Amino acid sequence: MKLSMHAKVLAMLLSAGLFAGCSSTGETVGDGTYDSDVAPVDDGSTVYGGDDEGGVSSSALSEEERMAAEERAKMEALRDITTFYFDFDTAEIKPEARDVLVAHAQYLANNPGQNVRLEGHADERGTKEYNLALGERRANAVQRFLIVNGASRGQIETVSYGEEKPAVMGSSESAWAQNRRVELVFD
Amino acid sequence: MTKRTWTTSHKAVAAALAALIMLATGARAELLIRITEGADAALPISVVPFAENGAIPPGDKISEIVRSDLAMSGEFRPLPAEKMLSLPSRREEVYFRDWRMLGQRYVLVGELSRNDDRVVARYELFDVNQEKRILGETAAASVNSMRTLGHHISDKVYEAITGVPGAFSTKLAYVTLDTFNGKPRYRLQVSDVDGKRAKIRLESQEPILSPAWSPDGSRLAYVSFETGKPAIYIHELATGKRTKVADFPGLNSAPAWSDDGRSLLMTLSKDGNAEIYRMDLATRAVNKLTNHWAIDTEAAYDHAGEGMFFTSDRSGGPQIYHKESLDSEPRRITFGSRYNARPRPDDKGDFVYYVHQRESDFHIARTNLKTGVETVLTRTGADESPSLSPNGQMLIYATKQSGKSVLTVISADGAAAYSLPSPEGEVRDPAWGPIVN
Repeated sequence: MKLSMHAKVLAMLLSAGLFAGCSSTGETVGDGTYDSDVAPVDDGSTVYGGDDEGGVSSSALSEEERMAAEERAKMEALRDITTFYFDFDTAEIKPEARDVLVAHAQYLANNPGQNVRLEGHADERGTKEYNLALGERRANAVQRFLIVNGASRGQIETVSYGEEKPAVMGSSESAWAQNRRVELVFD
Repeated sequence: MTKRTWTTSHKAVAAALAALIMLATGARAELLIRITEGADAALPISVVPFAENGAIPPGDKISEIVRSDLAMSGEFRPLPAEKMLSLPSRREEVYFRDWRMLGQRYVLVGELSRNDDRVVARYELFDVNQEKRILGETAAASVNSMRTLGHHISDKVYEAITGVPGAFSTKLAYVTLDTFNGKPRYRLQVSDVDGKRAKIRLESQEPILSPAWSPDGSRLAYVSFETGKPAIYIHELATGKRTKVADFPGLNSAPAWSDDGRSLLMTLSKDGNAEIYRMDLATRAVNKLTNHWAIDTEAAYDHAGEGMFFTSDRSGGPQIYHKESLDSEPRRITFGSRYNARPRPDDKGDFVYYVHQRESDFHIARTNLKTGVETVLTRTGADESPSLSPNGQMLIYATKQSGKSVLTVISADGAAAYSLPSPEGEVRDPAWGPIVN
């Protein structure tokens, strides 16, 4: 939750033109033009600049670039999320994790020198050895997802700790939910 | 170490006693749900404090060790020494009428003497009703090993009465976890079955799990994450020498010994998915015994030593399967709930014990392999790692008490027995060692 807020704040700042200059073409994104379009959106949903009524035709290119920069910043912010959660005795990647994993996959694709270690975990329920295999199955599911989305196998190492390294101590539903996870660890 | 001096017909007595015991066990089976009543069916026995001649080391008293062992089994109810009317140490001092009055079925008397650096125990066991001696022996141990001597006597008494070898001289291996200098500290330990004389065999900041005893009790196989990933090691207890035997990419886990100690079953995922393999320890060659997209793990040889039990989630959730031989088709054993895992068969082919989920709780259960009937044995709710005693009479497992992992021992039919104290941190992953002669 906290991290997706982060992503949204970044997107807002971007719309406000504060990230001007980070476009890949090196051109300066027209500043000021969209200032008025940026409402102080407190729920942080993605903010698109450009008011139809304002009809700013002169900055169509800048708009594209700005969108690209925004996308990149959004992806970067998404990548702050490195832990992915699972339901009991499953290795199914949750729908809400997909965008974030795509961001990680693209980052790995764009940075072939970057490696990542996927650490699979299970909650304490059930048996240790089965949980070890379950943690591996979860790490493998994430690995496959990253590869399908552009990362290469050589960049990824997996290890399962089973139920041995809980993120949260305790035997509550909430502790278990937080312990059924795969963590991405970048070198 | 021991010299038998008793020569009467053991067999006849054992047969008579076996009948009694069967009655006793039958009665006890009905008490499963009320574990506090288990003691009603336990056999009353008096272990009289042994007379001491010569310099006997202070500290643990033989009679206390024996009393505690027998009570631990859940099958005996030893009389506290202060309730005894007399303290005989040899046959001619035993007045059966006194013991009958106290409601006792058996009386053990004995005396200790010193022979150089050894303590010699001469002891006799009497059946009070029949006014008959059913066991007489002398046994000796080093003065530093009074507990060894005590457990030995417990084994003999247990066997004389029940017809089943005692397992009080066997060892437990388990893993403790606490925090030291802000880091987790995993320690593989070996102790007596009463938790005494614990010795640390391996210490690591990374997880250690799944200790498994070699059939001769000289080695432990286990999984250690000390290199950052799981690998299987074999540890010679006498020398401390360790060998890393499996360090393939992916999982290296769930080691289980063959009867001859020459090979291990293990779970590897080097080919992409958790499968069970057999490793020849001399050549380190592995051959694959399962081949399925599902998780296959937690293998254990069956009582015949030919086939194996294992856990597989090929049906959608973990269930217990059995292969008659290592290359036959697996047959599913458990159907009672959606989660059954980590099978541990007895050595007669009667039962398989495992972790069983019922509603939200995890218990230890067993299935009768002949009838298919499943019985839940524990009432605790976060149970794992069942390990059967080598005589098949007791079962140790890990459970939670006040949020901490502890070890609990029950009799194999589920009557509650005892929890092992865990003074610091968590205790888990128990493995009951073999009977070593």
